[in-house]
Amino acid sequence: MYWEEDIETMPREKLEALQFERLKKSVAKASASVFYGDRFKEIGLNADEIRSLEDIRKIPFTTKDDLRDHWPYGFLAVPKDDLVRMHSSSGTTGRATVIFHTLDDINEWTNIVARSMYMTGMRRSDVFQNMMTYALFTGGLGFHYGAEKLGALVIPIGAGNSKRQIQLMQDFQTTVMHVIPSYALHLSAVFEEVGVDPRRDTQLAIAFLGAEPHSEKTREKIEEFYGLKAYNSYGLSEMDGPGVAFECPYQNGMHVWEDNFILEVIDPDTLEPVADGEEGELVMTTLLREGMPILRYRTKDLTRIIPGPCECGRVHRRIERIKGRTDDMLILKGVNIFPIQIEKRLMDIPGVGTNFLIILERQGFNDLMIVKVEVGKEFFSGDLQQLEGLRRRIVEDLKSDILITPKVELVEPGTLPKSEGKAVRVIDNREE
Amino acid sequence: MIAYQLSIFAENKPGRLAKVTGILRKGKINIRAITIATSDVFGVINALVDDPKRARSILESEGLTVSMKEVIAVVLEDKPGGLDRLVQLLFDNGINVENAYGFVLESHKKAIFVIDVDQLEKTQEVLKEAGLETLDATALSAIEPFHYMNY
Repeated sequence: MYWEEDIETMPREKLEALQFERLKKSVAKASASVFYGDRFKEIGLNADEIRSLEDIRKIPFTTKDDLRDHWPYGFLAVPKDDLVRMHSSSGTTGRATVIFHTLDDINEWTNIVARSMYMTGMRRSDVFQNMMTYALFTGGLGFHYGAEKLGALVIPIGAGNSKRQIQLMQDFQTTVMHVIPSYALHLSAVFEEVGVDPRRDTQLAIAFLGAEPHSEKTREKIEEFYGLKAYNSYGLSEMDGPGVAFECPYQNGMHVWEDNFILEVIDPDTLEPVADGEEGELVMTTLLREGMPILRYRTKDLTRIIPGPCECGRVHRRIERIKGRTDDMLILKGVNIFPIQIEKRLMDIPGVGTNFLIILERQGFNDLMIVKVEVGKEFFSGDLQQLEGLRRRIVEDLKSDILITPKVELVEPGTLPKSEGKAVRVIDNREE
Repeated sequence: MIAYQLSIFAENKPGRLAKVTGILRKGKINIRAITIATSDVFGVINALVDDPKRARSILESEGLTVSMKEVIAVVLEDKPGGLDRLVQLLFDNGINVENAYGFVLESHKKAIFVIDVDQLEKTQEVLKEAGLETLDATALSAIEPFHYMNY
């Protein structure tokens, strides 16, 4: 049941001792880069001043802006000839950032992806359909390499092309798929359209969900429709990509591979660590990266550490489902709202379909939130009053959570923009 | 006898009704009656057509959300008091009408009144006892003024 039993179950003190040894090396390696070399000189920090794991707090945070400002080579800690691959973030929230890997970096990353997959029960006899974008995005290649290392048969189809996805699943008896949750929901409609029942007509047993925060209800919908177990995963290109944290069969939080990373959770305003179990911004440090070590990286992802040991026996601590990102937080009439909150509420309401869209408008001095919600196909009975009732219930439920009364519009199933990549959930038409 | 009414979910914006009637035209579906109920931004198009099952499947294949409902098509005399006779009868028997619409079949002679009621079976019995004629889907698809006279 373990990919590397010694590492996955080693006593906590030993794991922390290992982290400390690796942290010292990582800091030393990082100081070879222009960025960290300058920064350490500026604040007068020497690598040998890191005398305990807690001393990590002597190191300043690294932000996305730092990565952008030192684009492209400012973080390189090895000669360019040692690099074998680069990945780049999508740049949806500003200029793209770029991450470089040596061959050893790729191997370490591949290993934690394989470890993650093995943890969920995937084995070499499995057929793995990778429905994630390849190219510069880490999701496709990261899982691809991990699955090959594990020894499974990989179908590298990539994203999109729904009918072909379904055909391949049937032709080659796919047992494991890797998919963006919003696309898994979209694909369910295509399954119905072509008259294929995934429970009856496919061998699917496991789905890896990633690249998008999603609610527990969305997972349940996917598990129910496809008749499989769906595992949440977490990763970001700055920390390799997928495989940073992954759910075990208990599906209660994602184990962060602490032999590869140090995790901290801080208050994003005061930048002080929060108490164990409290919510805050996740901060990560690479421990094995050679090409481009990154120390105390502010991920902008909000979560909390789940206190206590996991029943699976792994000592690597778990983080909760990502609640949102500090930068996709909406501020409306002074209230902070995360799109995932809205999704969570909506998916709990019977009659709501698979897709929704939040539109923010400014009317005079007032902000207005419009939520367009697709109606579930089965829900529609031809009765206008029933639709009106659903609309009112959505308004009430959202209001009780976000404290703002949204304008809710019900729309026909399948009419909101489809997502074959990351779903667009928010359109902000308010002028600056 | 039971007739079938199609209900189509549609957003309340230009082009939605045109899409529905366009699909029905291409499918050579004849519309007997059509009504629209709207809320603020969405609505429901109700249609009585000559071949409801086929109409439903072609509308759905074009991506529309359709539901099919059992309704009763009552044949009335097209003269003052014709509708009142039916409505009083329903009232006397405690039957509630959720939705209704009518169309004339033969001027001054016959009209059809379509009712969507809360108690379908009871309504059928009440109408039968009162000697009021109802039409099922086949009869509705067959009706044309001349045929109907012979019917």
